[in-house]
Amino acid sequence: MNVNKNMRDNSEWAVEAQGLVKKFGSNYAVDGVNLNVRPGAIYGVLGPNGAGKTTTIKMLATLLRPDAGSAKIFGYDVVKEPQIVRQLIGVTGQYASVDESLTATENLVIFSRLLGLGRAEAKHKSAELLEEFGLTEAAKRPLKNFSGGMRRRLDLAASLIAQPPLIFLDEPTTGLDPRTRNQMWDTIRRLVKTGSTVLLTTQYLQEADELADRIAVIDRGRVVAEGTADELKASIGRSSLQLRIQESQDTELARRTVEQVLRVHSAVSPEGAKITAPMADADKVTDLLIALREAGIKLAEMSVQKPTLDEVFLTITGHGVKEDASEETDARKKMNEEVK
Amino acid sequence: MKNASITPVSERRLKNNTSLGQTFRNSLTMAYRGLLKIRRTPEQLFDVTLQPIIFTLMFTYIFGGAISGDVQSYLPVIIPGILVQTVITTSIVTGVQLREDMDKGVFDRFKSLPIARIAPLAGALLADTIRYTIATVLTFSMGYIMGYRPDGGLGNVILAALLVIVCSWAISWIFAFFGVIARTASSVQGISMLVLFPLTFLSNAFVPVKTMPSWLRWFADINPVSHLITAVRHLTNSGSFGWDFALTLIGAAVIVIVFAPLTVRAYMRRT
Repeated sequence: MNVNKNMRDNSEWAVEAQGLVKKFGSNYAVDGVNLNVRPGAIYGVLGPNGAGKTTTIKMLATLLRPDAGSAKIFGYDVVKEPQIVRQLIGVTGQYASVDESLTATENLVIFSRLLGLGRAEAKHKSAELLEEFGLTEAAKRPLKNFSGGMRRRLDLAASLIAQPPLIFLDEPTTGLDPRTRNQMWDTIRRLVKTGSTVLLTTQYLQEADELADRIAVIDRGRVVAEGTADELKASIGRSSLQLRIQESQDTELARRTVEQVLRVHSAVSPEGAKITAPMADADKVTDLLIALREAGIKLAEMSVQKPTLDEVFLTITGHGVKEDASEETDARKKMNEEVK
Repeated sequence: MKNASITPVSERRLKNNTSLGQTFRNSLTMAYRGLLKIRRTPEQLFDVTLQPIIFTLMFTYIFGGAISGDVQSYLPVIIPGILVQTVITTSIVTGVQLREDMDKGVFDRFKSLPIARIAPLAGALLADTIRYTIATVLTFSMGYIMGYRPDGGLGNVILAALLVIVCSWAISWIFAFFGVIARTASSVQGISMLVLFPLTFLSNAFVPVKTMPSWLRWFADINPVSHLITAVRHLTNSGSFGWDFALTLIGAAVIVIVFAPLTVRAYMRRT
């Protein structure tokens, strides 16, 4: 059949978006986003609030109609064949998309029934999912009394009823405590093991780093960098060193010492007490500490941190958009060659 | 889930359209959701329980003597009038609640599911017929307590009740449309009241139209609410089906045919 042939041709990609644009009034929320996601992978879309992550997901999930560009899910067009696309995806929104006034079981039963399961089947499936997500005890309580983490878990459970091959997770861990966040990460990893593809958005580089096979960094509605976590990090330095000194009159001296020992440029915070410098080689810290001691500078605090999203951003957008764009097209060319 | 693996896309049977049977089943499931919500928040039913009791008592004793000489002979006139007025007013709440409901995240999920697009709306409207039924039963019961004995018999009273419920369901599509296009729930309430107040009061619900000035009588005569009230009076008081009965049903059908697609389209466009 026509449909089948169409699918075989394009099933290379779980998600294939080209030049997606969404305008709200005169504001371009999404301004030409390209994404290619391989089946069976976790793909991270990384960006700050308002970068266009949610809008992109909404277009891919048929919730919003793109103003320009096209997107295909397993080869099916999101605008022309939305009802097929909906049979292939599960969507977990930024704000839990479950019914507040109903219980966990009632929510899952209703979604199961809507997806065509019979009465008994729906009950069975709901119980199974609640069990898996550790919500059995809370099954009969109204969601009003659920914690944020429980709500997210239920939300994710609801997305898995039909066992969709592609799952969209919009900021699945924003606002969760570290323990619940780790549980969510485990769940996501398990999902992919069963053969699902996951496209998740996040504001945290660490999360993308932990989970995603590939990452697209998105800013002001555009993809500004794309690659594996290692590729992205290599472009901005492995980690950054942060020093806080006790006497602020020593700042200049401390800064000179840092630059001499590490041979990098450093930055001083506006209050003048904090020095930040990129660090390629962790071993150099020993030299630095000895040098600081010899200079008689007393430290209040010292830490080595992974680059934050802010730093990724500063670096990537600081390079100038042109360079990033050409890098991106290179990467795309390479991928297209692989496909061929 | 733990060990089960996902069915590959190539082995799935996929189609891009929704069958009529599926539309019906989806709508019923959504109606079930509506009923669960009503059961969870019974305070939602205050208006449909108190309004019929208070309005029936109030209007009958205020207007009874003035219009029909005494309360007893006013009952066959006022009970159908109050019934229609109360139940139609209740249908405004459908639009208001739909607006509140749609602002919640769960509607995003409904939109992302491969279900009939009309189902979340049709289901909500269907569930609200329970509210109309409560209001209808209470109004007739109040009338009975006050001494109303309809000559049409129980069968025709039930038929009249069904007619009112069906018409209110049809009219609720108008308010559902307001609900979908309006920005806030309170504006839905405002617009709907503005439309409904003249329609229910400038009718034959409380007073005979022949007492009205001619221009007002002209409006009261063509007012669809008047036709519904007349149809209900004929059924309950004499058990007869008139031209008004047919006209009312046709009117209800037209409202649904016009407003159901409009509402669904507005709902689809809204983000």
